[in-house]
Amino acid sequence: MLLLMSPWLAGFSIFFGYPLVMTGYLSFTHYDLLSPAKWIGWANYSYLLHGDPQVWPAVVNSLEWIGIVVPLQVLFAFGVALMLARARLGLGFFRTVFYLPALAPPVAATLGFVYLLNPATGPINTVLDHLGIQGPLWFQSPGWAKPSLALLSLWGVGNTMIIFLAAILDVPRHLYESAELDGAGPLRRLRWVTLPTVSPVVLFAAVFGVIQGLQYFTQAYVAANIAAGQASQAGDTINNLGYPQDATLFYPVLLYQHGFVNFNMGYASALAMLLLAVAFAVVLVILLNSRRWVHYAGAVR
Amino acid sequence: MSTASVPVGAAALVRRRPPPAVRRQRFLVAVANHSLLIAAAIMFLAPFAFIVLTALMTNDQALSSHLWPHPFRWRNFSDVFHQAPLLRWTLNTMIYSVVATIGVVVSSVPVAYALARLRWRGRNLAFMVVLIALMLPPQVTVVPLYVMWSKLHPFGFHFIGTLWPLIIPNWLGDAFSIFLLRQFFLTIPEEYLDAARVDGCGELRILTTVVLRMAKPAIAAVALFSFLYTFNDFFLPLLYVGENPSHWVLSIGLSEFRSLRQVQWNLTMAATLLVMAPAIVLFFLAQRAFIEGVTLTGVKG
Repeated sequence: MLLLMSPWLAGFSIFFGYPLVMTGYLSFTHYDLLSPAKWIGWANYSYLLHGDPQVWPAVVNSLEWIGIVVPLQVLFAFGVALMLARARLGLGFFRTVFYLPALAPPVAATLGFVYLLNPATGPINTVLDHLGIQGPLWFQSPGWAKPSLALLSLWGVGNTMIIFLAAILDVPRHLYESAELDGAGPLRRLRWVTLPTVSPVVLFAAVFGVIQGLQYFTQAYVAANIAAGQASQAGDTINNLGYPQDATLFYPVLLYQHGFVNFNMGYASALAMLLLAVAFAVVLVILLNSRRWVHYAGAVR
Repeated sequence: MSTASVPVGAAALVRRRPPPAVRRQRFLVAVANHSLLIAAAIMFLAPFAFIVLTALMTNDQALSSHLWPHPFRWRNFSDVFHQAPLLRWTLNTMIYSVVATIGVVVSSVPVAYALARLRWRGRNLAFMVVLIALMLPPQVTVVPLYVMWSKLHPFGFHFIGTLWPLIIPNWLGDAFSIFLLRQFFLTIPEEYLDAARVDGCGELRILTTVVLRMAKPAIAAVALFSFLYTFNDFFLPLLYVGENPSHWVLSIGLSEFRSLRQVQWNLTMAATLLVMAPAIVLFFLAQRAFIEGVTLTGVKG
């Protein structure tokens, strides 16, 4: 047993347990990697809560993402999966089409979208222009940058969609038939047969989305970088993080900026501790309820 | 007309058909559903189409509002290799992805087996800890890990600026893979294992003969996911090799592609397509493993 578990025991203690404890320690220090860490008590935390003007925007951005975009993703994936489940012709074809964007590497997909949504000459605004609609500034505007990222994330919703499709196709046929005999129309069959049977899977996807939302980084970082470079035309400006006007400054981006641009390891650790507290609360909720969901899913299968 | 109606009439004799009104309604619903599917499919494919078209334009066209390339400039795809060390980045990515993936499979299988099939004290606790490690954001431990790698200089070798801090942890078990494999191992009937035990097999032998053979689809899925994850990874390469262009992987290189030498959008889109290609090709080669793997993560969750 010990032999089999040993890789994980070593990996877990070196790459998870030890750094977790160290994050806690470093959050009470001032540390820039060069001089030794200096104990400063709660100073990082009080700056986090009262001093840093960027913390609140970053928290709001991340909460908005989790509260609005993640539910949208789940709804959208579910809608597409429902349509797919009803398809008589070309199920395989459509499934492939909807899944493909999920395979596009995040950096490549983001780059593609920044080009597509280029305000002046991008294809999307060109098409909108032909339809007589004045397209927005997308990644260049503080108000539209997050909706642009949301579009990008809806485009890549294929994994969730595949999971939902499998769950919907798994609903036993006889349940539909008996509901139909009882005179239930399509909408009531959806509400009283499909939804209750697949709800554990939907719940799982929502929770997974929240966990992903807490670490949302790559797309925001790349989009801000490329869009800022495009606007300035001069290439690198000093700090593109959060461009435009902190609209894409999600919490992990803020942490990256303090830790790995400014090398404020102590303060970045304090930010990480706040993230840990929130993430751990989410994880606890999941673990405490997992028995119910897993049992439910097991009973259905 | 009459020849068409004969088989319909014959079929009606064999099987009771729903009344015409119901049939008409079903037909209309199916038509509406397929129209929606086709509209959605066009929206999902449009970004790919625009990226492909732009990748074939001249630079002037890419900056204009023309949507169709004229002339088609296939040379873009070879020019990309002159503009940026794309082969170098590909090689670095392959080193990271392949070595890490082998490590993930080799180290996670025994751990998953011990968690799924052996009885020992603390097993549930260990599994719980794996779940927590799986769900917490990587940003929570990233600061001390970076500090750790920057302070390690065995024989004067510096880890920062190389891919080793990304590869090594994968050789000591990966929480997601352990979780997925454990769920699969639980479905293997106990009788097979008992039969092997009666024949005098040790647990290690059972693992390498019986279990490995039965778990091929799950192992394929884990390898696939691990490969894609490392191929797409941006955050960790940004931290560890961001300052060292000779060790850049594709995701980093692509994100810096445009600012490298004021490279044009047409070449940027060509590079984007080249980076998207491997995952998509892999998908068409191993479609079943993909769909089964994705479904496994969701339904058994």
